[in-house]
Amino acid sequence: MSLSESRRLTLQSPVLDVPAEADLADEVLTTTADQRYMVSQWRLIGRRFVRNKAALIGGTVIILFYLMALFADFLAPYSVENRQFQYLYVPPQGIHLIHDGTIQPYVYGIKLTIRQSDLRKIYTPDTSKVVPIHLFVQGDAYALFGLIPTDVHLFGTADKSTPVFLLGTDRQGRDVLSRILVGSQISLTVGLIGVFLSLVFGTIIGVASGYYGGLFDDIVQRVIELIRSFPTIPLWMGLSAALPPHWPPLLTYFGITLILSFIGWTWLARQLRGKVLALRQEEYVVASDLAGADSRWIIFRHLIPATLSHIIVIATLALPNMILAETALSFLGLGIRPPLTSWGVLLQEAQNIETLANYPWLLSPLFFIAVAVLAFNFLGDGLRDASDPYSVS
Amino acid sequence: MIPTLFVASMLIFAIIRLPPADFVTTLVAQAAQSGSSSDQASMQALRHQYGLDQPLYVQYGRWIIGFLHGDLGYSFEWQRSVGPLISAQLVYTLLLSLMSMVFMWVVALPIGIYSATHQYSILDHVLTFIGFLGLSVPDFMLGLIYLFITAFYFHQPIGGLYSPGMETAPWSLAKAVDLFNHLIWPTIILGLGGTAQLIRIMRGNLLDILGQQFITTARAKGLREAVVVNKYAVRVAINPLISVMGMQIPNLISGATILGIVLSIPTIGPLLLRALVDVDMYLAGSILLFSVAMLMLGNLAADVCLAWVDPRIRYQ
Repeated sequence: MSLSESRRLTLQSPVLDVPAEADLADEVLTTTADQRYMVSQWRLIGRRFVRNKAALIGGTVIILFYLMALFADFLAPYSVENRQFQYLYVPPQGIHLIHDGTIQPYVYGIKLTIRQSDLRKIYTPDTSKVVPIHLFVQGDAYALFGLIPTDVHLFGTADKSTPVFLLGTDRQGRDVLSRILVGSQISLTVGLIGVFLSLVFGTIIGVASGYYGGLFDDIVQRVIELIRSFPTIPLWMGLSAALPPHWPPLLTYFGITLILSFIGWTWLARQLRGKVLALRQEEYVVASDLAGADSRWIIFRHLIPATLSHIIVIATLALPNMILAETALSFLGLGIRPPLTSWGVLLQEAQNIETLANYPWLLSPLFFIAVAVLAFNFLGDGLRDASDPYSVS
Repeated sequence: MIPTLFVASMLIFAIIRLPPADFVTTLVAQAAQSGSSSDQASMQALRHQYGLDQPLYVQYGRWIIGFLHGDLGYSFEWQRSVGPLISAQLVYTLLLSLMSMVFMWVVALPIGIYSATHQYSILDHVLTFIGFLGLSVPDFMLGLIYLFITAFYFHQPIGGLYSPGMETAPWSLAKAVDLFNHLIWPTIILGLGGTAQLIRIMRGNLLDILGQQFITTARAKGLREAVVVNKYAVRVAINPLISVMGMQIPNLISGATILGIVLSIPTIGPLLLRALVDVDMYLAGSILLFSVAMLMLGNLAADVCLAWVDPRIRYQ
């Protein structure tokens, strides 16, 4: 047995080692043993989860990402509407930390030359000009959380004529980093709302279908089969093409979340139905039924809490898929549309092979998407392992 | 299966008739862009010509009855009958999906077996991590990265399925090789996610089975380890993979659709996107219906395969 396996076995469940101690203490059950015996299911799940380093890192990254989305306007050096037409397709500026022996982050100025061979504008760092980066500078006005009007940004340059573009600019001279940060607000919340809607539909329909059975169950299962007989991307494409183009952005946004949850709920409903079918035979549910509890009580007090850990796991694992689906749809021009910004909208500009070869920094949203999805997957995997704290693997 | 397909066709028709616009509106918008205006009367005439002024159930009935006779309707955009228009795209979609599936099995099986027999070795950890990465990065992002690499480092034109001049050439070995060369990278990109999934499942299954008693018996009999693993354990561990294969078919079709758009390969993707945007309803509807049919046939094939490989499984 390898070291890691033996460690797992000894740690696997505090409940199991209690009887041995209780044997020793036989007559007097010590208070510590008593307390250990009382460790709740959620505490066990928590302990198991904390042992999984990948899941912890994933969870931390996700919290950071959502904080990033919350404070996007503050973190972004410019607003997304800020078009600087003298700086189109500026490549990312390298950031330098030490200037004249002191720590003072700076970038070089931007020098414009026209390449004679194809008359293309080429921006190169102007090493003679040092542009210091300051913290908490005043810039474009915005409202923090949509409430507090302010114009303070985390970093930027003191002089408006010497801007800083850490990830370059796009074809309209907008700062790519700012757009990614602001785009995260939509990309990360579309999944959240989509999953929430799927949870509501999926939980209610799935639990009811497993609990009541009969004709209702039959119909629900056929509907799920029907929806699942579609390949997802073509179905999503068809549904989002049906969203009227003249809808205001906010309505389109909710339309997209509805479309995402249209397929999403089927997974949850299927899984919960199976769980509930098994749980319905459990003695405590039967007892509750015999004691005269009505079905609403049984569903909301027994069945849903018993499947809660399962629901959370499925939700976490469904989130990255929703984020990816939104990205794919917006990328195809069927999802979120400008003036709204999401990661998919940003990638849409990187579709053209000409653009990719000349302005590869437009692909930088890919990095953020990959990190977010990876983090969600690690977190979901960790939660899945932890949700059954008695399993050995 | 047939009833599901029938209900699916109704759902598809509902989806493609959901937009408030129809193809005539698209035409008018295009005409407006080029400066000419269209009057109400000619719009009505066009609607009548295309049958768009009929009630919805008549439109649906015509389409579905035509479908049963092998007539898939008429594409307004391309001014052609839908059938010949999409047949090549359907074949390429199928070809790409099948090649990806072969790639997945050829790569995933040996890696999965290695990971299980060398559990917790460094290579096992590395492969597991790469697998996780492959699972997290979706096809179209890999496609974009591939586009970027070829464009940036090799300055190669990509897209399409044939080298210039090969497209119209009659079928020959050279043409088939050319097609294969163009498809190999899309195949790998499309198959990577599924490969990662198969590796994980294979590793888990094989680990379970290697701990069972009949394996210990086989070892106790003095069989060589290669025989124990390959003939005894893998033979049993492979069954769940076949049902997973059935579950991967929707992903493959989805992936082939979007990858076709990203890498400009003539799968159903580019055609579907255009048809949806322009409300070319019969074209979009037929493509959607065929993608559903492909998925169902794939699942059926997986079921048959499973029953063939595992004699314990019998369907009523």
